[in-house]
Amino acid sequence: MSKAPILQVQSITKAFGGIMALNNVSFDVFEGEILGIIGPNGSGKTTIVNCITGFIKKTSGHVLFRGKDISKKPAHKIADMGITRTFQIMRPYYSLPAYKNLVIPLFSPRARRTGGWRGGGRLGDRNTVGIDILEEIGFERDSYVPYKAAATLPTGYLKRLELARCLALKPDVIIGDEIFSGLSMSEIASMVPLIERLQMDGITIIMIEHRLRELFRVANRVMVLNFGEKLMEGRPAEVMADKRVKEAYFGSQEVEEVMTHA
Amino acid sequence: MIKDQRRKERIDRGIKVRSDGIYAMMSWRELTYLVIPRLVLIIGMLILPLVLPGMYWQRVITITCIYALLAISFDFLAHFVGLVCLGGAFFVGTGGYLTAILNTSLGLPPLLTIPLATLLGASLCTLLLLPCLPLRGVFFAIVSLMYPLFAMRVIEALDILGGTDGIIGIDSFANRWVEQYMVIGITLLFLFGVRRLVNMDIGLVFRGVKDNDQAIRASGMNITIFKAIAVFIAAAMGCMSGACLVHIYMWSGISQFALDFSILPIAATVIGGGGTLVGPLIGCLILVPISELLRDFGTLRIVFYSLILVGFIVFRSEGVMVYGQRKYHQFERWTRI
Amino acid sequence: MQILIYGTINSVALALFALGFAMVYGVSRLPNFAHGALYVLSGFITWTLINSLGLNYLISIVLAMIATGIIGALIYQFVLIRIRGMEISEIMASYAMGLAILEGLRWGGFKGMTYTLPAFIEGSTSIAGVSVDYQRLLVVGIGAAVVALLWLFTRYTRIGLALRGMAQDERAAMMLGIDSDLMAVVAMGFGSMLAALAAICLLPLGNIVVEAGYNVLILAIAVCIVGGLGSWVGAVLSAFLIGFAQILTVVYLGAHFQMVVALLAIILTLILKPSGLFGRQKELEERV
Repeated sequence: MSKAPILQVQSITKAFGGIMALNNVSFDVFEGEILGIIGPNGSGKTTIVNCITGFIKKTSGHVLFRGKDISKKPAHKIADMGITRTFQIMRPYYSLPAYKNLVIPLFSPRARRTGGWRGGGRLGDRNTVGIDILEEIGFERDSYVPYKAAATLPTGYLKRLELARCLALKPDVIIGDEIFSGLSMSEIASMVPLIERLQMDGITIIMIEHRLRELFRVANRVMVLNFGEKLMEGRPAEVMADKRVKEAYFGSQEVEEVMTHA
Repeated sequence: MIKDQRRKERIDRGIKVRSDGIYAMMSWRELTYLVIPRLVLIIGMLILPLVLPGMYWQRVITITCIYALLAISFDFLAHFVGLVCLGGAFFVGTGGYLTAILNTSLGLPPLLTIPLATLLGASLCTLLLLPCLPLRGVFFAIVSLMYPLFAMRVIEALDILGGTDGIIGIDSFANRWVEQYMVIGITLLFLFGVRRLVNMDIGLVFRGVKDNDQAIRASGMNITIFKAIAVFIAAAMGCMSGACLVHIYMWSGISQFALDFSILPIAATVIGGGGTLVGPLIGCLILVPISELLRDFGTLRIVFYSLILVGFIVFRSEGVMVYGQRKYHQFERWTRI
Repeated sequence: MQILIYGTINSVALALFALGFAMVYGVSRLPNFAHGALYVLSGFITWTLINSLGLNYLISIVLAMIATGIIGALIYQFVLIRIRGMEISEIMASYAMGLAILEGLRWGGFKGMTYTLPAFIEGSTSIAGVSVDYQRLLVVGIGAAVVALLWLFTRYTRIGLALRGMAQDERAAMMLGIDSDLMAVVAMGFGSMLAALAAICLLPLGNIVVEAGYNVLILAIAVCIVGGLGSWVGAVLSAFLIGFAQILTVVYLGAHFQMVVALLAIILTLILKPSGLFGRQKELEERV
């Protein structure tokens, strides 16, 4: 992980009225790594995703992508450069079948340029490409699942659909906002190898998570937020051992469990 | 304990399922099932002018088609792009005045003025509405309602473009058959064109803009551009109807910005069934003739269709067409639970 | 000086138009497009009570206000409540209701002839060399009184506090045991009564015409949008902004431009700052 940082976040501050959601947070993300961002409820995790991807305006601070300042760019430009995100509250296009959901991101300028997920050549039929992507992300091609209306899919598949929507753009960075939350243990267990494979494909991943144990298994580094401020960052083992993190999560059952398992 | 609890079940007809995919081509029965409703509509529209008695009712059919174009444009914007545009009259007025100017000042024939006014008018409307496109829901509805009123008052106040008298002396169509079949043809063309469009890839993106614009932005697409394209298409329909209207009445005036052209298409869409695109046409076929019959009662007809509109919005929001489609594709039965 | 005096009067008139609209929107998030129709309707009710039934002036204005309030509440209770929360449907339905009332009045014979309401007080005086009739002064007085009463009402009465609670957070208000449907009906009733009050104050200054309904609606929307939808303070402030802008254009450009100003204000505000000059909704909407 000694490569140059692909994403540099420099002292982002965001205030909602009088409330400081983020206070002077800076960190670097290196190419090809998985960075986990954790923190108690209301610590500004989702806000940081929104700030990086341009969905809300920062009060101050800069975001550099491959050395270029992207902090003033609108959300669609940032996505076009290759930083895609999933949403915590998933809202797929419910009335459309799952694979038709992917036709929409495949229509974007970036997907046209990069020729879809498989790469190379001109983009063929978007429906076919959409089914291909769904297969890569764990929808069984020959089952009826990819053809079902998105409204009828269970949460696990919806989370995959969110990831697939990102993958349709052939992204450089994926920012996953609570991909694991709301999933059962077995669903998470099947998601973990997927994320590891995306990392092997060279995609940098930032994961905002509540499920610490699974996150610590996949993440290379972890950053801890508390009340909008950066508490610490380091390797999962270091974070687990840190006293301040324990205090921030004081009383949280999960951390107790993680600590005892570690 | 309540005995005999029953529930209504709706099940797709077998033939609907069988004719869903490409396999419909394999049997005449399935093919007929698919084609009949469309054929009835097309042929019905085409023979209407032949069977109707007298000039007056033929003129009513033409006007119906013009309203239908507007209603389809409203339906497209509202149910497929999520922009509820209450100012359809703005498109009509822009198209109408442009046609009038092109015809009287440059002396172009109707065959040229209509396409020109459509393209120019649609561009103009899109440009003028461009700043409002980021607005959502109510805000866009209110601002779009204000545009035609604004245009009307400006023309009145500045006394330009003929002021309150309007522009007169515009060419009419060669004869009434040309007039009728052109308008009917345009309506059918746009109806099936828009139906095709919303099922194409770009149509899916439009629907995405309506359902979840955040995801569209997260996919690296500029929402405003797609909204602008959609507004251009809708404005083209509106301007074209305005252009035809001006040639039919041989007159262009501020009444083309009047609320009639905003409210009746909306009423027709609600009655016919929003989101079906055919519904608005059906709604116009119902509403416009009734409103013509009530012409003797003066403004009472506005009261009448306002009340129908309220009734449908509040009590039967699905509309005639959705109801019809359901009956055609599904059967109902009571089941015990 | 003339500009100052007439600007103030015009502004107070606008505030009177807009308060009812702002109140209904603030409490139940209903863009009440029937507002202008209720305004004209109350004028005709008053006229009918005075001229056809021969009632006393004071009694008839009180009756007219109550009647309009009840009509507004009934429209809400029996029609609009079913589409609560679907804003676009609400706009279309309330607008169509307004259209039905206005055009119904027009059809019912209220056209051609001039219908006028008697002024509250006749006569005029002059302030700093500008002659002003008493009715206009009364408008300013009533406007100030209404704003003051509303302020007191929403702070010191149970219903007023409930309405304010609804305006701030409907769900929280419901959890505290406020019947949100009932309160919305009450708000609509009060909003309609405010429209009636405005009509009774302002209609004696001219004729009762159906077209006034459309103009009043546009003006009310203009004031509320510029002030920020749902913000009562904003509505009062922006009424002064638009009021003076209108008088200035009338003086320097001509009377035709009076409505153009209002329409332009709506369009520009929505384009540049949809939350209005004094609104605070934007910050919340920004959250994804």
